[in-house]
Parts: sequence; structure tokens; C-alpha cells
Amino acid sequence: MGQWIKACDADDIDDEDVLAFSHNGHAYAIYRSEDSRFYATDGLCTHEKVKLADGLVMGHIIECPKHNGRFDYRTGAGKGAPICEALRTYPTRVDDDGVYIEVD
Amino acid sequence: MSEPLDQLVVVGAGECGARAALALRAHGWRGPIALVGDEEVYPYERPPLSKSMLVESLPIEPKAVVDAVQFAAADISFARGEVASAIDTAARTVSLNSGRSLAYDRMIIATGARARSLPIPGGELAMSIRSWADVALLRPQLRVGARVGVIGAGFIGLEVAAAATSNGCDVTVVESASRILTRGVPAAMATTIAERHEKAGVTLLLSHAIDRLELGDDATVHIAFADGRMLVCDLVVAGVGAVPNTELAEQAGLRVHNGIEVNDRLQTSDPAVWAAGDCCSFSHPLFDNRRVRLESWRNALEQGELAARNLLGADERQSAVPWFWSDQYDLCLQVTGMSDLATSSIVRNRPDGGQIEFGIAADGRIVFAAGVGVGTSIAMDIRVAEVLISRRAQPDVAFLADPSTRLKTLLKS
Repeated sequence: MGQWIKACDADDIDDEDVLAFSHNGHAYAIYRSEDSRFYATDGLCTHEKVKLADGLVMGHIIECPKHNGRFDYRTGAGKGAPICEALRTYPTRVDDDGVYIEVD
Repeated sequence: MSEPLDQLVVVGAGECGARAALALRAHGWRGPIALVGDEEVYPYERPPLSKSMLVESLPIEPKAVVDAVQFAAADISFARGEVASAIDTAARTVSLNSGRSLAYDRMIIATGARARSLPIPGGELAMSIRSWADVALLRPQLRVGARVGVIGAGFIGLEVAAAATSNGCDVTVVESASRILTRGVPAAMATTIAERHEKAGVTLLLSHAIDRLELGDDATVHIAFADGRMLVCDLVVAGVGAVPNTELAEQAGLRVHNGIEVNDRLQTSDPAVWAAGDCCSFSHPLFDNRRVRLESWRNALEQGELAARNLLGADERQSAVPWFWSDQYDLCLQVTGMSDLATSSIVRNRPDGGQIEFGIAADGRIVFAAGVGVGTSIAMDIRVAEVLISRRAQPDVAFLADPSTRLKTLLKS
């Protein structure tokens, strides 16, 4: 069963942006879309383990800050070379006191 | 009865050629695709060769772009370890050193570039880094205490210096110019990087002209300076630039000028032949249509895919903004655009210690940006700058200089 943990406050992230979060030594990236929905993925790129939260979010795409690999952060799907493995995504929910993600 | 499908051939199996071959299939081509590569290993990423691949504690294995299984799945015929020796553009054939000949209807040349050899007596005593074979030769020699001479304080030389130092080597970098990274990196940033090297124990010898290299006792290599002094090394590595591999194209009668000349669709002077990556030069629409040749991983990947799409009829214009990165120690440097078009520069000092510099042209357009910082901290600012450059934007310079502003908001205006 998954466990819900608090990742951040809702206003810690701007719209169309990303924030790094780690829990039990695992890196996550938390996203807030232009319409203020929250999403979560693994924090490191599947290509070369680069920290995704340093990358640029445009629309629903997060771009790796070093090799420009792109993912749709809602589904984790890779958008072309050099990405050949999808990014794992995690369920999120927003409570009065913040953004939660469900981890293993 | 249906017509037989055209034969497509890609010559060169680095990042660019491999991506081109995969893209041809991915974009729906159902006919035969052949890829010719002169190395014995499957296509791999070259950027780590001068970085992580030289660090002793890290695993040594090429980072594959594509493997045998993927080639089989994409039904790409890979002529591995085969050298293309001649192209006959009239007969549309490529001759291979093995004696085989491949017929083509349309072709992409992605022969890349090779390390420039050191143009001094004894220059052949210096090793270079361009291929997996080079790394296999060099890495075991970068042992604790080894005296390593690095000639050239450009990206490759400094990356080797950083890796060798972290292995415990005694490293001296020799550069004829008065500072490191003269090509496209602002002086303040070069200073930051030079200081980082010195802190790690690297000796930087700037403004040092080398007369020759000599073989010494116990397989040492001596760097003999123009002023008569001598530096004894266990090995010497040269990083003095790259030369495009254009011989095949020249022999085929294609137009060549600092690389194989291509138009803005990456087509050569022969309409059945495209060229992409380090081996080609093109007029850049964003930078006064000046002819440029780019040596970077991302360009290789993107142009390989673009050449493939255009070969299949896409008619897309090449307009990507030059971009590259370098890793040295915990620092990452990223550079985008064309530094020499800038007539003024704007500095942005990030609160995390990262430095950004933007180059502005006379008409107020942003044409260049460089950044250095720990990890990928400066990446987003440089990426925003790259988008602004591609849009020919004229951003407010006070906004660029103020580290409390959110650069990304410039993309919405």
C-alpha cells in the first residue's frame, strides 16, 4: 500500500513550474500546471539521472536541464531522443495544509 | 506491381548518424535503411568520454544510443566497423573498405569530426579523446600520481584535467593564450573555472608556447617550451580542437567550406545527399546568415533527426540556437547563442552563487548567454535565454540583470 506524504505547500510552487522534493533518500519532482493542478514524478531524469527540478517547464512538458530530454509530467511519457524510458509518476492530492503525494 | 522502395544510406554512426537512421524509420519509411559506422562498437554518446568515463570510480562502459536489438527491431542494416572510402554520386553508390558497395537513392552524411592533431614536432606523442577506443587507451593511465600534461585549455582539455585530478593525477594544463576557454566563454566565468581547477590542485600554465614534444626515459613524454624549459610527463593529452571529416564529401565532388556545405534544409550541393552534425556547415538565419559549423552533442542529435525528416520530404528549416555544456568538478557551464555578435553584456549574479552573462547585439536583441554554477542550477536561466534568442527578443536589460526577477516570465511577454 502506498503512503501519502506532504511534499510542499500549494503556494510553494508557481503555476507552470516545478519543485524538488525528497523523501527517504528518493528524489521527486512536484509540478503545478498553468491551471493550478499538481502532479508528481521521479526527480531524476531516466536518461542520465539529472535533477529535473532545475529544468524548464513549458505547458505540460518538463525538460531535463542538461540533455534536453522532455517528458509530459502528467503521464511521465518521454518525448523523443535521448529519452527511451518513461518517467514514473505518483498520485497527488491537495489538502488545506498542502500538497501530498502517494509513494511506495 | 509496386515500385521497389528507395534505398536510404546513412554514412557515419555517431550520435548524429544513429539518430538519423532511427528517425528515418520512426517517421514511417518502410524501405531499406543502411547505416555505415567505422567503429567496432554500437553507437554511443560521446559527451561522457571526456567526463565521467575517465573517472576511475565510475563504471566504464559506453552509453549506447542504440543497440543490436533496437537496430533489429527498426530493421536497420548496420555495417559495423566498415569505412566508407568513396561515394559515386553519378552511380549512387558508396564503396566500403571491405570491398562491399552499397547502392543508395538518397543519403545522409554524418561523418562527424576528429581531434585536431598537434601541429608541432612530436605532436603524435600526445593522446586525444574522440572515441571509445581513445578512452580505453587513456583511462588506465590516469592513475594516482601519474604526471599528466594537458595541452589546450578548452573544454576537452579542462574536462580531462578535472577527471584526471579527481583520480589523483598530478595535472598541468598548458595553454598558449593568456586565459582559459577563450572560445565563447566570458572572462569572468573563465576565471571562476580556472580558480576551481587551481583549488583542485591543477597547475595552469597560461601564455606558454610549446616548441615540441619528446620521448624521454621510462616512456615519459617531455613538453619542451619555446623558452627552453621542459615539463616531464607520464602522458600528454591534447585538446586543441576538432577538424570536420569532409574528405569523403570532397572526393564525391560535394561543395565543402569549413564542413560540408548544406542549405537551410541540410541538403548538400547534390540534391540526393544531406549532411548533418559536426561535419556540415550552414548559413544560420538567426545570426546574419553567417556560415557556422557546430560541434555539439545536441546539434548532432537534432540535425540528424532533421536531415532524416527532410530527406523524407518534410522541408523543415534548420534554425536551432547553438547550445552546449561542460562539466568540471561540481560545476556545470552552459553556453548558448553566438558570443561575437554581442556588443554589450549584462551580468546576473544568482543568489546561489551561479553567474550568468547575457550578450546583447547593437539592435538590442539577445544573441548569447553563458552560465556557470554548481550542478544544473544555471540551466533554466540559460534555457530561457536560448528561447529568447530563437525569438529574436529584445528583453529589458535591467530585468535580466536583477536576480530577483523570474526570467521565465519573459517567455510570456
